[in-house]
Amino acid sequence: MDLNDSPEQADYRTKVREWLERSRAEAPVLRGPERIRDEDEAVRAHRGWQRRLAEAGYVGVAWPKEYGGQGLGPLEQVIVNQEINRAGLPGIIDAIGVGMLGPTVIAHGSEDQKQRYLAPMLHADEVWCQLFSEPAAGSDLAGIQSRAKREDDGSWRLSGQKVWTTNAQISAFGLLLARTDPDVPKHKGLTMFIVPMDAEGVTIRGLRQITGEAEFNEVFFDDVELAEEMVVGNIDDGWRTALTTLMFERLTIGGGSEGMGYRADRFAEALAADEAAATDPEVRQRLGALATDLIALRFSGYRMLTALERGQIPGPEAALGKVTAVRAAIEAGDLIADVLGPDALGDNEWSYLISFLPGLKSAGGTEEILRNTVGERVLGLPPEPRLDKGIPFSELRAKEREAAGAAK
Amino acid sequence: MNFELSDEQRALQEAARGALSRHQTVAAAREALDGGERLDLWDTAREAGWPGLLIDEDRGGAGLGGLDAMLVAAECGRVLASVALLGHVPATSVLNAAGGHDDLLGRLAEGDVRAAFVPARPPGDLDPDWTVDAVQGHKRATAPLAEVDGDRATLTGTVAWVPDAPGADVLLVVGVDSGGRPIVVLVKDGAQVEAVSRYDGTRLLGHVTLDNAGGAVIDVDEDDLRAAWYLAQGLIAAESLGAVEAALEMSIAYAKERFTFGRAIGSYQAVKHALVEVLRLMENTRSLIYYAGWAFQDAPAEFPLAASAARVAGGKAFDFASRELISVHGGIGATWEHDAPLYFRRAQLSRRLLGGEGSSADRVAESLLAQARAA
Repeated sequence: MDLNDSPEQADYRTKVREWLERSRAEAPVLRGPERIRDEDEAVRAHRGWQRRLAEAGYVGVAWPKEYGGQGLGPLEQVIVNQEINRAGLPGIIDAIGVGMLGPTVIAHGSEDQKQRYLAPMLHADEVWCQLFSEPAAGSDLAGIQSRAKREDDGSWRLSGQKVWTTNAQISAFGLLLARTDPDVPKHKGLTMFIVPMDAEGVTIRGLRQITGEAEFNEVFFDDVELAEEMVVGNIDDGWRTALTTLMFERLTIGGGSEGMGYRADRFAEALAADEAAATDPEVRQRLGALATDLIALRFSGYRMLTALERGQIPGPEAALGKVTAVRAAIEAGDLIADVLGPDALGDNEWSYLISFLPGLKSAGGTEEILRNTVGERVLGLPPEPRLDKGIPFSELRAKEREAAGAAK
Repeated sequence: MNFELSDEQRALQEAARGALSRHQTVAAAREALDGGERLDLWDTAREAGWPGLLIDEDRGGAGLGGLDAMLVAAECGRVLASVALLGHVPATSVLNAAGGHDDLLGRLAEGDVRAAFVPARPPGDLDPDWTVDAVQGHKRATAPLAEVDGDRATLTGTVAWVPDAPGADVLLVVGVDSGGRPIVVLVKDGAQVEAVSRYDGTRLLGHVTLDNAGGAVIDVDEDDLRAAWYLAQGLIAAESLGAVEAALEMSIAYAKERFTFGRAIGSYQAVKHALVEVLRLMENTRSLIYYAGWAFQDAPAEFPLAASAARVAGGKAFDFASRELISVHGGIGATWEHDAPLYFRRAQLSRRLLGGEGSSADRVAESLLAQARAA
């Protein structure tokens, strides 16, 4: 076992670290009391920072060189992320685009699409959003109802609604999954599109959460026209394209708990400051238990990196890291609130943490759907019988409506 | 970056599994509860070279690391084997670190002499003393009092629930002098060891009473002595990891073959989600065992934290996994006919030994609070 970098990785890390130190003054302050308060200005500054990182070669590190990446491994990207965290500087604004959507375009897009969209994404000249989930389709993503119909000239007309869309309000484009053939079973009639967010008929509405902030949006599409060349991958083959995005999502979320700031030392600091708490056996038992989980997560992360370095793709079990992170952070918020009392629920990081976690539990896949996936794919347990197999989507919807009506 | 087992470690693991598979260890665990003789696998351990795992190569051992010992412990735990390594291995790590004693170390490495570590928990911020498990109750006893005379000392006191003490050829006892400083004494005779068996017939435990028992003082660095306590924590955590693996495999196999309402019970979310929870707790434990193994070698200052965290995670995982093993099997899982109760009993006793799981959770908190104050 060796947690050290190889000589090449160590050189790379030094290079990144030195560059970050030299460029520190150019990085915007986005957190804490000194943060840029004006939202538009903060977004502009954040985009500028991603551009600087991209010019230095520190965005899309694992992307192929021909599309503006560095052609390096996932581990080098991790090194960059670690060094940015270590320096206390902001990461890129479009982690969703660069981490999940860009790689999907690279895997399934046409050459024209790659040439047109990837470089501006990398430089944050154009921010992207993910338009997958809908009000009635989250865990059962293939049940989406946004409908794209083909016109005689080959163009498409899109209508429907998406939800939980991070960054929609600042995005130039979205990667959207729509139903293109309702008369085949639900996984089959889907197609992936690139949607210009400024197209006529697109409406974006912020969705406030428990924290009081609107980090998500609802996006409505009312007969939006999409050109033929906006299809990514093959028509009616969108599910395969979506699975690529979801695989990159798992990597982003499963490996990101430390990046989310859920670290045992951060919680211990809050408690160490209160002498009565720090010597209270019950507080210590609770801290010991939740810290154990968070430390486990850090070392599970190293196991995952080892797999990546060996060219293996971590399986769905990597996503269990999110379950552990959210649970331990909920315990931590609860403990800190018990120690600090009502004051913990004021305008501070703890109340934000406490309010943010219930939603995070479902983000990127609910705990329940995750457990199904891992139970079936990793443990080899049989799937639950399904009522939607082999039935054309239009028929399935009719049956669902009938059953819901009967229940009333 | 390489945070996985090496090929050599996988080979060690496989060899251990192979050696243990030649014995009916789980059946023996049941027979031991029914009053039968405990199946002693010390000879198996000797043939495999496990007694010398942590002893330097030039002193007759294998010169391996903490993780290697934990991997062997995991294999023993997996099949509920009774191998006296929990007492022997920490004792050898202290003697090996002390230097000298080459003749004894050679015989310990061969397994001709079996040692048992009579441990004391190192002081913490809430408890300034070296303490030992009491026969009963929440209050921990002070470690045996040592009267030192040159390179020899006599010890007086009682240490309860000492793993592998009955039948050990030598005891490596942690005592304290009148100033509370730890003194390690190699006791060859004069100690009274009362063999005790509780709840799990595979565990060899003893109450060790010392009444002016004499022996040679072992000159060892205090950090190495602390590490031995945490090594025992890491080993018991590793035993738990192995047992959880076995419990999960049995649960999955049954969940696939048992049908209710026309389908395998493993297809129901209630069962599936619980078994994924076992997997989650198991993988968290594995990561912490790797951390402890790595820290033992490469980051000794972190070893108390790493081993304590592994112990907490391992105990929790084993408790949950053994309860699920029973639940998945339904009524039969709670009967003497089934193996599940043997794993459950192993879990419940293990969690209370060597200071207990709560003591380790407190150590995790203590380490983090200390780091936070220093930052």
